[in-house]
Amino acid sequence: MTAPATTKPKSSLQPLRKRRTPLPFPLNLYQTAVGKKWVMAVTGVMLLGFVLFHMAGNLKLYIGAVQEEGVYHYDADIYGEWLRDLLVPLFPRTWFLWLLRFGLIGAFALHIHAMYSLTRMNQSSNKVYSSKRDWLAANFASRSMRYSGILVLAYLLFHLADLTWGWIPGYDWERGHVHENVIGSLSNPVVAAVYIAANVLLSIHIFHGAYSMFQSLGVSNPTYNRLRRQLATALAAIVLIGNVSFPVAVLTGVIDTDDRVEHSVEAEESAQS
Amino acid sequence: MLPEAKIPAGPMAEKWDNHKFDIKLVNPANKRKFKVIVVGTGLAGASASATLGELGYEVHAFTFHDSPRRAHSIAAQGGINAAKNYRNDGDSVHRLFYDTVKGGDYRSREANVHRLAQVSVDIIDQMAAQGVPFAREYGGLLDNRSFGGAQVSRTFYARGQTGQQLLLGAYQQMMRQVEVGKVTLHTNSEMLELVMKDGEACGIITRDLTTGEIAAHNAHAVVLCTGGYGNVFYLSTNAMACNVTAAWRAHRKGAYFANPCYTQIHPTCIPVSDEFQSKLTLMSESLRNDGRIWVPRSADESRSARDIPDAERYYYLEEKYPAFGNLVPRDVASRNAKTVVDQGLGVGPLKNGVYLDFSEAIGRDGKDTIEAKYGNLFQMYERITGEDPYTLPMRIYPATHYTMGGLWVDYNLMTSIPGLYACGEANFSDHGANRLGASALMQGLADGYFVIPYTIGDYLAPRLGDPLVSLDDPVFTDATKGVRDQINHFLSIGGTKSPDYFHRELGKLIWDYIGMARNQTGLEKAISEIRALREEFWKDVRVLGSNDTLNSSLEKAGRIADFFELGELMARDALDRRESCGGHFREESQTEENEALRDDINFAHVSAWEWHDPDTPQTKHAEELIFEEVKLTQRSYK
Amino acid sequence: MSGESLNLTLKVWRQDGAGAKGGFETYPAHQIPTDASFLEMLDVVNEQLIDAGKLPIEFPHDCREGICGTCGMMINGRAHGPEMGTATCQLHMRKFTDGDTIEIEPWRAAAFPVVRDLVVDRSPLDKIIEAGGYVSAPTGTAADANEMPIPKEVADSAMDAAACIGCGACVAACPNSAAQLFTSAKVWHLNSLPQGQPERFKRVEAMVETMEQFFGSCTNHGECTEACPKEIPQDFIAYLNRDYIKSKVKNRKLASQR
Ligand SMILES: Cc1cc2nc3c(=O)[nH]c(=O)nc-3n(C[C@H](O)[C@H](O)[C@H](O)COP(=O)(O)OP(=O)(O)OC[C@H]3O[C@@H](n4cnc5c(N)ncnc54)[C@H](O)[C@@H]3O)c2cc1C
Ligand code: HEM
Ligand code: HEM
Ligand code: SF4
Ligand code: F3S
Ligand code: FES
Repeated sequence: MTAPATTKPKSSLQPLRKRRTPLPFPLNLYQTAVGKKWVMAVTGVMLLGFVLFHMAGNLKLYIGAVQEEGVYHYDADIYGEWLRDLLVPLFPRTWFLWLLRFGLIGAFALHIHAMYSLTRMNQSSNKVYSSKRDWLAANFASRSMRYSGILVLAYLLFHLADLTWGWIPGYDWERGHVHENVIGSLSNPVVAAVYIAANVLLSIHIFHGAYSMFQSLGVSNPTYNRLRRQLATALAAIVLIGNVSFPVAVLTGVIDTDDRVEHSVEAEESAQS
Repeated sequence: MLPEAKIPAGPMAEKWDNHKFDIKLVNPANKRKFKVIVVGTGLAGASASATLGELGYEVHAFTFHDSPRRAHSIAAQGGINAAKNYRNDGDSVHRLFYDTVKGGDYRSREANVHRLAQVSVDIIDQMAAQGVPFAREYGGLLDNRSFGGAQVSRTFYARGQTGQQLLLGAYQQMMRQVEVGKVTLHTNSEMLELVMKDGEACGIITRDLTTGEIAAHNAHAVVLCTGGYGNVFYLSTNAMACNVTAAWRAHRKGAYFANPCYTQIHPTCIPVSDEFQSKLTLMSESLRNDGRIWVPRSADESRSARDIPDAERYYYLEEKYPAFGNLVPRDVASRNAKTVVDQGLGVGPLKNGVYLDFSEAIGRDGKDTIEAKYGNLFQMYERITGEDPYTLPMRIYPATHYTMGGLWVDYNLMTSIPGLYACGEANFSDHGANRLGASALMQGLADGYFVIPYTIGDYLAPRLGDPLVSLDDPVFTDATKGVRDQINHFLSIGGTKSPDYFHRELGKLIWDYIGMARNQTGLEKAISEIRALREEFWKDVRVLGSNDTLNSSLEKAGRIADFFELGELMARDALDRRESCGGHFREESQTEENEALRDDINFAHVSAWEWHDPDTPQTKHAEELIFEEVKLTQRSYK
Repeated sequence: MSGESLNLTLKVWRQDGAGAKGGFETYPAHQIPTDASFLEMLDVVNEQLIDAGKLPIEFPHDCREGICGTCGMMINGRAHGPEMGTATCQLHMRKFTDGDTIEIEPWRAAAFPVVRDLVVDRSPLDKIIEAGGYVSAPTGTAADANEMPIPKEVADSAMDAAACIGCGACVAACPNSAAQLFTSAKVWHLNSLPQGQPERFKRVEAMVETMEQFFGSCTNHGECTEACPKEIPQDFIAYLNRDYIKSKVKNRKLASQR
């Protein structure tokens, strides 16, 4: 009998995936999961900022019509106008708004791509248990991030089609008539229900996201860490209360049209450009 | 014939430096031409592999664990000694040397111990540089605690996890060498045979525990760092998988086994709670600083500990040893616990423990102070026993903890087989008949970091250019076949009792007859009963399953087979040593105060046993111990 | 203490090897003393299996005092079972009640293939250490240990991280099979100490990128910390992320500017 002639260790476990050759900075950041997660958090902060800002803007719906040089306008419409006029002497009209929009589109794109790629990575790393898990820390929000995210995305497309592009039939959409468009759209109980559901999901997403982003960004200080959970809860609650209130307010007539507002031709024209 | 111990000439303090200068060196460029096998990745093995790799040798490290970090060194709690004298309390290399020789009851080799004390200081520097998070004071400097048997504060520690932190340091250092390719790591690989050619070690045979693959490995030298054999007792503070197999198979190939009867019993362990108990848990000795040890005066006592009035409590250590009280050395504390339990005074459901009571300390210092000092130990105790030690006294009993005996080695740590070395707990070298607390970690790292990397060169240098023995050589094929045969034999016995059954039974015999107190009749009985049980084992052990997969019964059977032979040798060694010293207490040899009584005229020697065959008793070779520096005195703790 | 005993039903995952198909087997576990540890309970069941001529359950274990990190299994859906901050070997049967059914499964992750029954291969954790979980300080090069004072708080925090026993429960508990907690514990141990500074950024880069070859990505579920027998805090994951991003952004020549 001959001895098995071996002095090599038995081949150790093969990696599940290869280590990438690094691209030049800053692209290399996006090559690894920790880097992607950082990008997700940065874009998440941007999205969160947008959602809060957008919500604050929408609160103007409650103000209803205001008088400006003797003419009544909806405050929300003025606000929309203001957005288009942002930084106007510096940039031509709507340019800066477009800049913001591109930023937002980019953030969504990166956020979603990172989500996709990390989800794939996690699925290939994971093996499910046959017995039932007894979760201790993971909550509904943290375990449903990708689903709440995708549903928010679906809602977003619907929302843009509805209020930005006016593709959804059911009311007379008019460019620039923000206040009336919102009422037109949300007075349909089905649409209102979609809005409510979506914003509940968004709040759930934020409940975990706004907590998680600190970890992903590496912002951690034992002195303040317990505030992270509270902050995330507060943000989720603000978005929940603020955004759900709009459809409810429209349905209950708290947000209503105002007969004093007449849309002048000039206003229409300026809105078109 | 016992080989030369190779103790260097010259004054004690200069021996090691002279020796380092005198021994042969391998030129840095030539080191890579030598292949060295290191078996074991505990403190000794990991530090040796890392250092040999750094020096340039081609190192192959083996462990039966799934990761080197699981070696049993991980479990050491208390700390590691070093003669740093950071406390300015009069410590020095000489004092550590002296304490160790005295603590070992004058049964160790002076020159080895002195070297150990010398390199102890380098160990702390090396480990701190490795990033080991030793405990520190607010000023940022290293903290120390004092430990049993020493009057200075020289023990460095990392919470209650010193062994873990040191092992991780050495393991990480070794993994760095794995990354650069100087160390090749073989996990899940159990050494089952030493291979020799022309009287020299030339390789090993291993079994892959997960696949059953039997593999041969050749090398220019083999270093065994395979730990102690405390598990021969079945119940001990050692990890479940600790075993003597590597050292024993080397012994069977001709390496002398020294002082097997020197085993250390630790006084503060949690007592056995039921017959299924698989292992014993150590509670740090530091508890004895604040706890008072007692048992009820009456054997019929049935009240709960709290209800027994002071007058009916027997504080036996305080009564017998007023000067040292509860702080007497480990062996004295252990033996006295056995005495009272044997008298029927034991406490707990099985009446197999003694109380370690903190109520006075809690009353004196407050619960918070006690919690700050021992909180994690109390928590551990509560987790295991379900009792709250803040309200009820702890129950403790001695348990086997460490083995001073091991493979005989010379000053270079080479066994009686040329080319075979032994480091760490696997060798017999530095602790004599009793090891001081916090000195085993020190010895493992001293051997691995600072001794073997130099001394191995002395053997290798003249062998430059020698080819490795081919794996096709009959010495390898025969050894492989022998290992296969043994495995197939186990699988074919088809007996009725599990390996664990035999291990438990063996453990009981060893504990009863070769435990804390030994006597001639008991030892003779042990020899015959161990033999009988061994025969039954070979006929009736049941090993199910096959070789080609993870099979823990098969692993255990092989290890227990070796424990049987070791147990018998322990009894024989204990019988031969008709004196009491350190961990070895012969009832026939005690003072009027029931203290261990040494016999320096007849037994100031190391007993190194030479193997013949399973049915012929080993022959003893005596290495006389010569004391140049330390004067032999009788211990007294009264 | 109690001397009481329990009658239980075990549902244990049995599997012959990595490739083989596994499944639950049901075994009775009768007369289990409440003082026994969970692993001793398995010992008893194994003795009975051997008596009946059946193969014993292979399960990982060694030190049985919660320090070697060998043991570990999913017990009723929780890594290391119901007691917090406790490794499987330190879990005792008094945490269960008479009549319970206990489901036992091996750690599950793509990078932890089953070796047999409840034993898995965790060698990727060693690979992560090998990639950079060390300080390069060859033997003999060290200066006196007290020449580099370290604030006690820093040493304590490093020790908190270094307490990790490498059991892999964090991976097993993580819904993404991420090894972030394990990796962050070693990174923080070494990166927080002065000794670890020279290799700080190289280390975190190499360890994270090796980790990602085997494991999933952390989405901050926090299950890992709950499962961890040493209760390693999730904060270390944040420190890991921070140092990793820095390792990409920072010019290493300026690494001395913290
Ligand atoms: C509970 C406990 C607490 C302790 N506390 C302290 C303390 O506070 N201070 C102190 O100084 N000492 C302490 N000790 C003693 C000390 O921990 C040990 O003596 C020391 O760690 C032994 O180290 P080692 O490297 O020799 O062996 P180990 O760490 O036991 O390593 C043995 C290695 O050999 C391998 N091995 C064994 N056989 C084979 C084989 N056949 N094939 C392949 N590989 C094999 C194993 O896998 C392992 O890697 C304690 C011991 C115990 C049990
Ligand atoms: C306005 C909308 C959104 C906001 C405000 C938002 C916000 C956030 C925030 C703050 C995070 C935490 C980032 C981190 O920890 O790294 C996050 C994570 C995540 N988001 Fe979003 N997000 C939005 C939309 C989306 C969409 C459209 C998707 C998917 C299509 C998505 C999927 C995810 C996923 C999968 C995560 C990671 C989950 C985790 O870290 O636990 N999100 N999001
Ligand atoms: C109930 C809550 C909401 C109301 C009432 C609301 C209302 C509106 C209105 C009226 C517009 C058109 C503005 C204009 O054309 O000037 C708009 C645009 C938009 N909304 Fe909302 N919105 C809500 C929630 C959300 C949420 C949760 C998101 C994100 C996930 C979102 C994303 C957007 C985007 C991206 C635009 C386009 C902005 C642009 O054109 O620059 N909205 N919203
Ligand atoms: S971090 Fe905790 S759970 Fe993970 S390996 Fe370390 S000790 Fe185990
Ligand atoms: S559970 Fe997993 S997702 Fe992150 S926080 Fe822990 S590694
Ligand atoms: S067996 Fe060692 S940690 Fe549990």
